[in-house]
Amino acid sequence: MSTARKWLLALAPLVVLAFAALLVSQGGILDFLRRGVPPIEDLSFNQVRLSPGEIKIELINGGPDPVEVAQVMVDEAYWTFSIEPSSTIGSLRKAWIVLPFPWVQDEPYEIVVVTSTGLTFSHTIEVATVTPTPDAKYVWTFTAIGIYVGVIPVAIGLLWLPLLRNSSKKWLTFALALTCGLLIFIAAEALFEALEVAESVATGLNGEMLIVLGFVGAILVLQSITKSKPKETNDGFQTAFMIAIGIGLHNMAEGLAIGASYSLGESMLGASLIIGFMIHNTTEGLAIVAPVASSNIPVKRILGLGLIAGIPTIFGALLGGLAFSPLLATLFLSVGAGAVAQVVIALLKVISANSEQSAWTPMTATGLMSGMIIMYGTGLLVVV
Amino acid sequence: MKGEPMNRRDALKRGVVGMAGLAASTGVVSAGEKIAATSQHDPDAMGTVGRVTDGSIDPIRFLSDFYYGDVTTLGNGQILRTYELHAVDRNIEVAPGVFFPAWTYNGQVPGPTLRATAGDLIRVNFRNLGTHAHTIHFHGIHPASMDGVFEVVAPGESFVYEFEARPFGLHLYHCHTVPLKKHIAKGLYGTFIIDPPTPRPRAREMVMVMNGFDTNFDGDNEVYAVNTIAFAYRTQPIPVVRGELQRIYLVNMTEFDPINSLHLHANLFDVFRTGTSLTPHDYTDTLMMCQGERHIIEFTYDEPGLYMFHAHQTEFAELGWMGLLNVVDPVA
Repeated sequence: MSTARKWLLALAPLVVLAFAALLVSQGGILDFLRRGVPPIEDLSFNQVRLSPGEIKIELINGGPDPVEVAQVMVDEAYWTFSIEPSSTIGSLRKAWIVLPFPWVQDEPYEIVVVTSTGLTFSHTIEVATVTPTPDAKYVWTFTAIGIYVGVIPVAIGLLWLPLLRNSSKKWLTFALALTCGLLIFIAAEALFEALEVAESVATGLNGEMLIVLGFVGAILVLQSITKSKPKETNDGFQTAFMIAIGIGLHNMAEGLAIGASYSLGESMLGASLIIGFMIHNTTEGLAIVAPVASSNIPVKRILGLGLIAGIPTIFGALLGGLAFSPLLATLFLSVGAGAVAQVVIALLKVISANSEQSAWTPMTATGLMSGMIIMYGTGLLVVV
Repeated sequence: MKGEPMNRRDALKRGVVGMAGLAASTGVVSAGEKIAATSQHDPDAMGTVGRVTDGSIDPIRFLSDFYYGDVTTLGNGQILRTYELHAVDRNIEVAPGVFFPAWTYNGQVPGPTLRATAGDLIRVNFRNLGTHAHTIHFHGIHPASMDGVFEVVAPGESFVYEFEARPFGLHLYHCHTVPLKKHIAKGLYGTFIIDPPTPRPRAREMVMVMNGFDTNFDGDNEVYAVNTIAFAYRTQPIPVVRGELQRIYLVNMTEFDPINSLHLHANLFDVFRTGTSLTPHDYTDTLMMCQGERHIIEFTYDEPGLYMFHAHQTEFAELGWMGLLNVVDPVA
């Protein structure tokens, strides 16, 4: 069969499909199907920005039909507003609403958008505070946040390296299993968070399925990269490198959430929580050094791994504060979860290579459970 | 947070402000930053945007639009007033750009203001052109068979209500079909004035029906108003002549909220409760009423200027139940 003929055969069903679609859109079938059913309206609050005496909202229409914004309420009072580019928002289109409103520092507000059909869409500003603008101050603040939540804890975790280097193989395997437990916990946590954020993704963009794409996609990409490389000597660096990337992606998503909650005015008070966070995230450093403990990789390279894992928190925070979108957050969280899951797969192989018999000895099982229990326990510190 | 168990993300949110403390030297967040006084505090900053283009009523015209019926004199000298009312479904604009699928009497909310004199014979030819069963239940004194409760009028059918107008006062009419709350909230109500045999003192007369609209059908009103349209009389202040006696027939038909109220600025008014007496019951500037309550109020302005009137539930006021009287000097 000639190539041209194959192309024809491949495209023929698509031509028929296009014709059928044309019939539906032009042939009045749509009107018949929709008869009597009210239009589906679905507006989401994509961004909320506060400056002195002003509230700005970015709306996105996640429904199939255009939505007409008629009025806006702030705390059960109609308020004057302007809307750009148009009060009619097309499907998957966005619009900015600007309200001149004398909001009070640290108090919550409820914004309600009333559409032409009388339907309402609301958003709660948990704590009103000025949304940071992308200037030097902003960059410094978020860099500081990123350093405290990401870079410092990971670096502290790396300090376990000397101990691990002086441990027996048996205890090293235990540390690897413990790392596995930590990572399983992190991946699961990221997936649950992704599911939560996906709820605020505009319906039309199908946030839940994005999680599947991001998670499976990350595993497949990382899996094929590691497989395509020639098998390195068993110094564990490659595994540590993958762990660092996985944790880096995870921390980027975490930074994104921090930046977003900061700029969306959802941040709540509580300074002691930073310490909790530092303890919680220190385990990430341990996860990086466990696979390389038995080899003689220079400390410089290990520090590099720590930076790969920690620094993305800063970028995540900057990005989240500047241009947070639930869509982006969902994607980062699920890709991060996938990356971490891939590392778990890789680690399990290292564990079975290390142990003479089966990978699942009481020792490794205890290690894995301990990892999860540590994450759960330190997680309690940030819940206080 | 709303009392839900907090997860790590929520904790992140909490952690951040603590973080802000660490970052305070960078000065991004300075609590108590001075908010500049700008247009945000102008009285006009609060309110709806735009103008209603397709209301069921012209708010200014509706104020003094009285429906006296078709008048004939019977053999015994009694006056017979015949009114035509029909129920019809109609989309009405309750705030600029906000449409509500209403059930109406004669295509408008509130329905026409029926007016008669005590002792007249009232005949209302009611036709139901809507999609649901409806009735008309009048307040006042009449036989049980004319009460509009048990004689439900199906779509396409008619009913004739006939009774003597009594007692004089300010009354109302509304649909009494179940589910009752739905039939009221959808807009089936209007004012029914029975004048005393000896007319009240000459005055400029206005009808105001306090109402609300639950546009998203969640059991709470999104729009409050007098005579349906949010802020209608703020957008278009009511002209009032200085020194002239003003008489408002005030009716409360607000659904979902237990009470509504009226507060008149920079003045006090006489209250004639239910309009059944010619001597005032009260002299005040704030009047509270439950659903179905109605009172006549009378006042005069001595100085020209813009005077506000609104519900003294400030929430209702800022959701549309607010208006202005523009007091001007009489034309010489």
